[in-house]
Amino acid sequence: MHEYQYKLLRDIMALDFTILELALYLDTHPRDKKALKDHNEYVRERKKLKEIYEEKYGPLTLAETSEYPWRYIADPWPWEIKY
Amino acid sequence: MWIYEKKLQYPVRVSATDLRMAKFLFAQYGGPDSELSAGVRYLTQRYTMPISEAKGLLTDIGTEELAHWEIIATLIYKLVKGKSPEELEKAGLGAHFAQHDTALYPHDAAGVPWTAAYIQVTGDPITDLYEDMAAEQKARTTYEHLIRLTDDPGIKDALSFLRQREVNHFQRFGEALRRVQEYLDGKKYY
Repeated sequence: MHEYQYKLLRDIMALDFTILELALYLDTHPRDKKALKDHNEYVRERKKLKEIYEEKYGPLTLAETSEYPWRYIADPWPWEIKY
Repeated sequence: MWIYEKKLQYPVRVSATDLRMAKFLFAQYGGPDSELSAGVRYLTQRYTMPISEAKGLLTDIGTEELAHWEIIATLIYKLVKGKSPEELEKAGLGAHFAQHDTALYPHDAAGVPWTAAYIQVTGDPITDLYEDMAAEQKARTTYEHLIRLTDDPGIKDALSFLRQREVNHFQRFGEALRRVQEYLDGKKYY
């Protein structure tokens, strides 16, 4: 995997983890305004990065547009990546 | 419904193949306190939770457990890659090879197949959440055993991440349990 692709993927993974951790907290603290504000900011940041990544390297999920041929199945799959 | 995202939750790096550790890691792939048990347990319990906080938490932690299952699978996949049947047999994985080659069949470290008997879903939200908190502690303990069995910094790193997730989930389940208790108490005194 190309170095820049890997960096972008790592950044998305880190943001996803932050978003998940805040979401689990919000599940049991739905009225915590600070946590909700943080969550929403990270989600916006993630959207931007995901768009850049998918434009360059193909979809991370199947509900994204793809160039021809179908790029979603492009190697490597997550268990094959040399992290 | 679920949507697959083509990435791991946490990067998995191993220094070299290691059949001994691969065999031990099956504990968390298809054992009683494995990530598979966790995922199936939470995703089946969520339907009978009385409050939205608990429905949400079980859905989201259950889904995260499937991502952890994928991390354990990736560890084992990388640790056995390219090994010969002779090497597998020497490491105690000969029976695994006979039945599954190096494929990732869900069994525990001793080869016992995964079974739904490892989990419980009682329909009583208090009982189920106590089971979940115990499950997180059992998984944490298993991760501590596994960390003590390896010197590979990559394996240790991934297992430490997973161990910490058990601690965080335990905390969240405790909060959900208190919310459910408050809800049930409130109903009684209406």
